[in-house]
Amino acid sequence: MTDAAGQGRLGWIETGGAWLLALLWILPLLYAFWSAFHPKEFAVNFELLAPLTLENFKEAWNQAPFARYYLNTFMMVTSILIVQFVLCTLAAYAFACFQFAGREIAFALVLLQLMIMPEVLIVANYTTMSQLGLVDTISGIGLPYMASAFGIFLLRQTFKTVPKELEDAARVEGCTPMQILWKVYVPLARPTYLAYGLVSVSYHWNNFLWPLVITNSVETRPLTVGLAIFGAPESGVQWSIITAGTLLAVAPLLIAFLLFQRQFVQSFMQAGIK
Amino acid sequence: MFTSSTRANVYGWLLLSPAAILLIAFTHYPTLATLAKSFFSTGSVTRPSKFVGVENYELMLTDEVFWKVVDNNVWYAIGTIPASIAIAILMALWVNSRISGRGLVRMAYFTPTVLPMIAVANIWLFFYTPDIGLIDQVSSIFGAPSHNWLGDPDTVLGCIIVMTIWKEAGFFMIFYLAALQTLPPELNEAARIEGASRVYYFRRVTFPLLMPTTLFVLINAFINSFKLVDHLFILTKGGPDNASSLLLYYIYEVAFSFFDDSYAATLTVVLLGTLAIVSVGQFLLLDKRIHYR
Repeated sequence: MTDAAGQGRLGWIETGGAWLLALLWILPLLYAFWSAFHPKEFAVNFELLAPLTLENFKEAWNQAPFARYYLNTFMMVTSILIVQFVLCTLAAYAFACFQFAGREIAFALVLLQLMIMPEVLIVANYTTMSQLGLVDTISGIGLPYMASAFGIFLLRQTFKTVPKELEDAARVEGCTPMQILWKVYVPLARPTYLAYGLVSVSYHWNNFLWPLVITNSVETRPLTVGLAIFGAPESGVQWSIITAGTLLAVAPLLIAFLLFQRQFVQSFMQAGIK
Repeated sequence: MFTSSTRANVYGWLLLSPAAILLIAFTHYPTLATLAKSFFSTGSVTRPSKFVGVENYELMLTDEVFWKVVDNNVWYAIGTIPASIAIAILMALWVNSRISGRGLVRMAYFTPTVLPMIAVANIWLFFYTPDIGLIDQVSSIFGAPSHNWLGDPDTVLGCIIVMTIWKEAGFFMIFYLAALQTLPPELNEAARIEGASRVYYFRRVTFPLLMPTTLFVLINAFINSFKLVDHLFILTKGGPDNASSLLLYYIYEVAFSFFDDSYAATLTVVLLGTLAIVSVGQFLLLDKRIHYR
């Protein structure tokens, strides 16, 4: 993102508008912070000098097994990411570099998943998972997402930009196709892996519907599902404690985003324009 | 490119097979299984599932809740898509210009994107709470009576639409920002020399050049309007009286609360059909240039 791309200086009205919109956009999150860090008497009572406290976080942590939820989400997100990287790399390599029979139709069938996402097929996939005995397992949450059409597409586009001379040179050196993939293509696609990795991690960290359907115990439930149970109005938990729990659930991703804002925004951009 | 045919075939399919197996198992097979299931009755221990032809579809057409959720989904799409796209363009134009504190502004716009819908709903639930909620607190300053925003069938869908726009606009902004940065700066300079106003320049130059991005975002927004239901679990559970229920949420209820798999499959076919129409539309509308090459 360079400044040279800027479209000129704005007048003060527009600058004010941009700031006002930014304030409006960040307000819900600011409110969550306010309520989570203040005693519950101040949850709806905005006094500038209200005392700060960490009590809400402590209570949220004690009222729900957040540590276990963190572990579950972490295991799910990493296992999905690792398998996605491997599967998508192999498939993208096939599509980018091998003129095999049925390639076009196979590619079209892969891209179908961009339209028909696993969210739409929860009912049929639940049946499959129960037949496989994978209901209420971490792999059950991950499996429908592991072969990602988006990842295959993104990596294929990147592999196609690699100069053929590099591949030819590696072949002259006597490299096998797998060595060429590992030594030429994968290193050159590093920015794409970073971009796809960030998009995938944020997607699965936040994903809810399918994990809700397929899990039913504390040992497998990810943070989002745990948070939904914890924060449901009928659970009768105090408002301040719910916001504290909400912040606990989003904290890792939010902190990562605030620290690596540039990479996040650029990754989403790169993933979007491919 | 590996072309010697046997070798390319063997390698190509071997490399593809792990991903292909999973895609077939969790995308292609369930799509077909759903379609097949919609023509059978839901089985039970005493009555096994049997072929019933289009009976499930006939039932669906007479199901008032089905029409209600379709209606809601259409309004949800109409309410969220144009507004979030318009705000996204505005955000992108602002963030792309030399504004003071640009980094902070961009961060504020984009932050909702990294939050899970469940967390967003938890936070927004408070805004909509009657009496003590933020909206009622602000409106009571102006003497407006308290209102149960999520409990009133007339306002509940609007509340959910506003929240979705807030969640999505910053995400769509990114695509516009990426597109704006590819526009040659000479265009803007030329327009300035010609004395074109900024509004005129946007209407005649920027907006048409952003058209491919708009189509791309439009399709994403459309899919999202049928896919996003997480917030309903927190905010309304589809209520009051299905006033805020959406198609996918209804599918979830039918399958996992009423355990009627066949009817859930029938409803899923409608959802799949809608998405299929979009993909055909995409194929016809989208310039081949930004299509998959």
